Amino acid sequence: MAKSALLKSSIAKKYWMAFTGLFLCLFLAGHLAGNLQLLVPNNALNFNKYALFMTTNPAVKILSYVTYLSIIFHAIDGIMLTIQNKKARPIGYAKTDGSSSSFASRNMAVLGTLILVFIVTHMVNFWAKMHFDQNMPLQTITVEVMGQKQELYMMTNDGYMATAQVAKTKEEATKTGAQVYIKNRTEFYNTQADVKVGEGYKDLYKITVAFFKHPKYGLIATILYVVAMGVLAFHLLHGFQSAFQSMGLNSSSWTPKIKLFGKLFAIIVPILFAIIPLYIHFILK
Amino acid sequence: MSAAKNININLKIWRQKNAKTKGKIETYKLDNVSTASSFLEMLDQLNEQLVNERKEPVAFDHDCREGICGMCSLFINGRAHGPDTGITTCQLHMRMFKDGDTIFVEPWRSKAFPVIKDLVVDRSSFDRIQQAGGFVSVNTSGRTMDANAIPIPKPDADKSFEAAACIGCGACVATCKNGSAMLFVGAKVSQYALLPQGKVEATQRVLNMVRQMDEEGFGNCTNTGACEVECPKGISLENIARMNREYLKASLK
Amino acid sequence: MKLDSKIPEGHISKKWTDYKDHLKLVAPNNRPKIDIIVVGTGLAGASAAASLGEMGYNVKAFCFQDSPRRAHSIAAQGGINAAKNYQNDGDSTFRLFYDTIKGGDYRAREANVHRLAEVSGNIIDQCVAQGVPFARDYGGLLDNRSFGGTQVQRTFYAAGQTGQQLLLGAYSALSRQIGLGRVQQFNRHEMLDLVKVDGKARGIIARNLVTGEIERHSAHAVIIASGGYGNVYFLSTNAMGSNVTAGWKIHKQGALFANPCYVQIHPTCIPVHGTNQSKLTLMSESLRNSGRIWVPKKKEDAEAIRAGKLKPTQIAEEDRDYYLERRYPAFGNLVPRDVASRAAKERCDAGYGIEANDTNEGVYLDFSTEIQNKGKQAAYAAGNHNPSAEEITKLGKAWLEEKYGNLFTMYQKITDENPYETPMKIYPAVHYTMGGVWVDYNLQSTIPGCFVAGEANFSDHGANRLGASALMQGLADGYFVLPYTVSDYLADDIRTGKISTDLPEFVEAENRVKSTIDKFLNNNGTKSVDYFHKKLGLIMWNKVGMGRNEKGLTEAISEIAALKEEFYKDVYVPGSADELNPELEKAIRVADFIELGQLMAMDALQRKESCGGHFREEYQDAEGETLRDDENFKFVGAWEYKGDDISKEELHKEELKYEFIKIAARNYK
Repeated sequence: MAKSALLKSSIAKKYWMAFTGLFLCLFLAGHLAGNLQLLVPNNALNFNKYALFMTTNPAVKILSYVTYLSIIFHAIDGIMLTIQNKKARPIGYAKTDGSSSSFASRNMAVLGTLILVFIVTHMVNFWAKMHFDQNMPLQTITVEVMGQKQELYMMTNDGYMATAQVAKTKEEATKTGAQVYIKNRTEFYNTQADVKVGEGYKDLYKITVAFFKHPKYGLIATILYVVAMGVLAFHLLHGFQSAFQSMGLNSSSWTPKIKLFGKLFAIIVPILFAIIPLYIHFILK
Repeated sequence: MSAAKNININLKIWRQKNAKTKGKIETYKLDNVSTASSFLEMLDQLNEQLVNERKEPVAFDHDCREGICGMCSLFINGRAHGPDTGITTCQLHMRMFKDGDTIFVEPWRSKAFPVIKDLVVDRSSFDRIQQAGGFVSVNTSGRTMDANAIPIPKPDADKSFEAAACIGCGACVATCKNGSAMLFVGAKVSQYALLPQGKVEATQRVLNMVRQMDEEGFGNCTNTGACEVECPKGISLENIARMNREYLKASLK
Repeated sequence: MKLDSKIPEGHISKKWTDYKDHLKLVAPNNRPKIDIIVVGTGLAGASAAASLGEMGYNVKAFCFQDSPRRAHSIAAQGGINAAKNYQNDGDSTFRLFYDTIKGGDYRAREANVHRLAEVSGNIIDQCVAQGVPFARDYGGLLDNRSFGGTQVQRTFYAAGQTGQQLLLGAYSALSRQIGLGRVQQFNRHEMLDLVKVDGKARGIIARNLVTGEIERHSAHAVIIASGGYGNVYFLSTNAMGSNVTAGWKIHKQGALFANPCYVQIHPTCIPVHGTNQSKLTLMSESLRNSGRIWVPKKKEDAEAIRAGKLKPTQIAEEDRDYYLERRYPAFGNLVPRDVASRAAKERCDAGYGIEANDTNEGVYLDFSTEIQNKGKQAAYAAGNHNPSAEEITKLGKAWLEEKYGNLFTMYQKITDENPYETPMKIYPAVHYTMGGVWVDYNLQSTIPGCFVAGEANFSDHGANRLGASALMQGLADGYFVLPYTVSDYLADDIRTGKISTDLPEFVEAENRVKSTIDKFLNNNGTKSVDYFHKKLGLIMWNKVGMGRNEKGLTEAISEIAALKEEFYKDVYVPGSADELNPELEKAIRVADFIELGQLMAMDALQRKESCGGHFREEYQDAEGETLRDDENFKFVGAWEYKGDDISKEELHKEELKYEFIKIAARNYK
C-alpha cells in the first residue's frame, strides 16, 4: 500500500513535482554562477575552462544526467497533473474571476511549457554545439610576434600551438604536411606518430558572443532570451514556495521566510540570467 | 450604516432539468430587491415570481441560512459564495450589488460534484472521504477515560478546532482551477493529526482518505491558494501542508 | 388511554443505574438479524445510529439534507453543559439536575432530567475521545464558561461553534459505521409516513428527494430524531428545511404529542428587516455575558431613533433604561431566556422599541461598558496604570474581538453596522421547542417500537430549556439512553425475522403518501406554499407567541383551521412528483405545520397558567412575572390524534411528581 501510494497518488505526484522543481532551482543557481563569468571582461579562457570542466568532470556528468531526468520528470508529471486536473472539471464556468489566486499560480502549466520550449531551443543553440557540432571552434589567441600577428590555439596544459601548423583533419594534414591535426574535435595529434600531443578548448565563449551579436538574429535572440527569463521568473515566483508547501514544509515561522526567499530568488536569478544576453548584445565590444 | 434600498437586477442562472439532460444559462429580470436581503432571499423572491408566472422555480441547496450547515453553494459572478470573503452564500447580502447589475449564478463545477438539478449538486463524495477515515475509532461506551486525562496544549487544540471548523460546503473544490478537494481533506486530516486521540490511527487515516479523494475524481492541488481565500471558514493552507507531511510520513512507514 | 411513564422506583440517584442493570439484552450474534431505522441525523439521530451500528444492529439512517453533517444541531453556538465540576465551583449531578428542573419551570420529569445530568459527564469524555476539539486553557485542560440562568461554570464549548463540533463528532462516528457497512445512509430522503404492523412500528415510507421515488423501508424499530417544530412560525432560528413531518406523521399514527405550546423564544437574535426575510439569525447568548441590554427611557427618544434622527450613542447614560438590570438585579442581563425575551417584548409593546421595522421590535445590546472595563483591565495588566481614554477603548475593543470576533463580524455582514461602535440591535426569535412527541422513560412513544429522541421528544426541558442543554440532551439520548432501551425492546424480536415490505400495511401507507403528493400537484391553486407558511407564521407569532391570551388563542385556532382549508383549496405546487421538487417538499411540510400550529394554540389555551416559555397574559403577578398554577397544571399535556379535524384532539394528562426537588416559584431577582 505505502509503496504504491508513493508513486501513484495525487499527493505523491506533488512530492515529485516539488522535489524535481527544487532540484532544478539548485541547477539554476549553479548554471547562473557559471554563466555570470560571461560578464567579466577578457574572461573567455576562464569561461571555456569552466565549460570544459562542466562537460568532462564525472561528478558533474552525473549531476547533469540527474538534471535532464528532473526536467523530463518535472514535465511529464506536470502534464499528468494537468490532465488529471482538466478531467476534474469537465464543464467549466461561464464566468470566472481570478481575484482569489495569483496569475502565476493559475498558469504554471503554460509557463512550464514555454520554459520547456526555451530549454530545448537553448540546448540546440549551445549544448548541442558543445557536445556534437563538428565545426565547434577551439579557442585561439592572437599574439604579435615581431610585428606579425599570429594566431595560437590555447592548450589545456597552458601551452600554445600556432593555428597555421594545425590541420583540421588527418587527410588535410597528410596533404599539407602539417605536423599536427585535430581529432575528436579538441585533441591535437602528431601526424607522423599519431599520438596525442595536447588538447584545445572548445570556444563556447565565442559561440555565445556570436550568437547574441549575430548581425541578423542577435537582437531577436536577445529579446527572446529575456522574455524567456520573464516566463521563468513567474514560474519560479509560484513554484519555489509551492514546492515547500507540497512537501509539507509549512509553519507559521518558516513559511514567510521561505516565501520571501522564493520571491527574491524568482526575481534575482532570471534578471541576472537576462543581463547576460543584454550585455553581450548591447555593451560588449 | 447604510439604509436599505431596492435595486433591480438581471440574473443569468444555470438551468438543468436533471443529471442526464444538458443545461444552459437563462436570463431573468428581478425588480425591487431589497439590499438588506440575503442572496438566497433574493432567489426566494425570484422563485416566488416564477411560481406566480407558472414557471418552474430554480432549485438550489440551502438549509441553515446562517453560514454553518454548509448546504448552500453557488458560484456567483465567478466566485464561490459570491463577491465577499469569509461568508457562505446565505450570508451574502444584496448590498454587495448595484442597481442594474447582471449576476451570473452557476452550480459548483466538479466531476466529483455532479449536478442534480439547476444549481443543486451532489457532494456525497465528501461523505465517502470522511467514511474512509475521518474519525477516531472509539465506541460509544461512555467508559472512555476522563476528558481531562490527557492535557492537550492549547495551541494544538486551537489549531485542531480551526481545521475542524470546515463546513464541507465544497467552495474549495468549486473555486480551485483544478477542482481539488485537498483543503477539505487536509482540514480533516489535520483536525485529528493535531490531537493525541487522533494520532493512533494517523497513518491509515491519511492514506485511506487520500485514496478515496483520488478515486472520487478530484483534481490535484497546485497550491494556488484560491481555496483558502474563498473558504467561508478561513481554513488555512497550512492544513494541506500538514496533510502532505502526514502522507509522506505514512508512505515511508 | 392511560399514560405510563415507566419511571422506575427507587432513589433518584439510583433509578437509571438499577433500571439499566435489569433491562433485557440482545446477544451480539442476534443483533445483525435486527433492523433499526433512524430518521434524522442531528446530534440525537447521528449518535443513536452510530451507537446502534457499533453494537451490531443493521441501521438505516435517513436525512433530508445532502449529508448527515448538515443537520441543524450544527448551528448551536454556545456550548454543552456537563456536571464535571472541573472549575471547582460546587457543581454536581444534583445541581445540574436541579438547575434544569428549575429552569424548566417545574414542568419536566425528575427521573429523565436526573438521568440526563448523570450521563452528562460521559458525553464530554466520549466527545473528547472522538477528537472533538473543545476549548482548552493554557494548562491544556478543558475550559468552561457560565451560561444564562446558572451560577456555575459547567458549559463546555468550542468557540461559538460547539454544536458544529459535537455534530461533526457524531457524524464522524456515524461515518465510521457507514464505512464499515453497519449503517446504511440515505441522504436526500424524507420520511413521509410510519408503517405500523400489528400495532408496532415496523417501517417507514420515505421519498427519495432526487428521483421522487416513494420507497418502503422495514425495520424492527423506528427512531425519530427529526428535531423541533420552530418553523411553524415561518421565521425562526431553525434551518429552512427543519420540519415536524416525521413527528407529526407518527402522531397521526397514534403517538401522543406533548406540551406543543412550550416554545422557547431566544432573546438575542437579529431583528426582522423586511417582508422577504426567510429566517432569523441568532447571536450567541454568550454575548449577554458582556453586553448590557437597554432601550431609551423616553418614548420620544425611541421614536427619534426609529426615524433615523438620533443615534443610540447620542442617548445619555441617564436616559437609558437597562431594564433587565432594573428588574432582576441578582441575575441582571443573565436571566433565563424566557425571562429576557418577555422583558424585551414588554418594552417594545410599551412603545420603546428601537428598530425601524413594521413592528418596531428591537432593543439594544450594548458593549460600551464592557469595552471600558476590559480595556482598563488590559491596560493595567500591561503595566499601564494611567491609560488614556483612547488606549482603554482600543484595548477594550481588542478584548471583545478576541472573545466574540466571529460573532461581531457575522453581525456586521448581516446588518452592515459595526457593533464595536454602535450597540447591536436584537430581538427575541423562535428558537427551540420544548414540546414534542410524548415518550416514556425509555424514550418510546405510545406506539410500541417507535422511539423519539432529541428535540423531537418532549421529555427533559419542561416549559423552558436552559442554555447549553439541548446539545446535552441530544447526545445523551443517542449515545447513552437509546442503545439500552431500544435493545430492551428488541430482545423480543430476535425470532421475528425480516419484515417484508410487501405487507398490506406498507402498500396502504405508500398509497396514503402518493395520494397526498398527487393532491398537491394536481391542486392547481393560485398561491405559493410560502404564502400560506408566512400567513401561518404571522398568526402564530402574534397570537401564540411570547404573550398569549384566551381571546388571541381562540382566534388563532379558528384562523388556522380556516387557513388549512384555504391551503388545500388554493395552494399551487409546480413541477412533478418524479424529480427534485423543493416546492412539493415544502407543501408537505407546511401541511403538517398548519395542523400542529392549531394544536399548539389549543394546548396554550388549555394551559391556564404561565410557565417557562408559555406566558398567558391573564396569569402574571403585579410585576409582570409568570404565575404558575401547580395545583391544576402540574402535568404533561399529551394530545391524541382523532382524525382530520385537529380541534377534536383529546388531551391526556401525565401528572408530574416532584419527590426529590421542592417545587418553588422560579425567582431570578
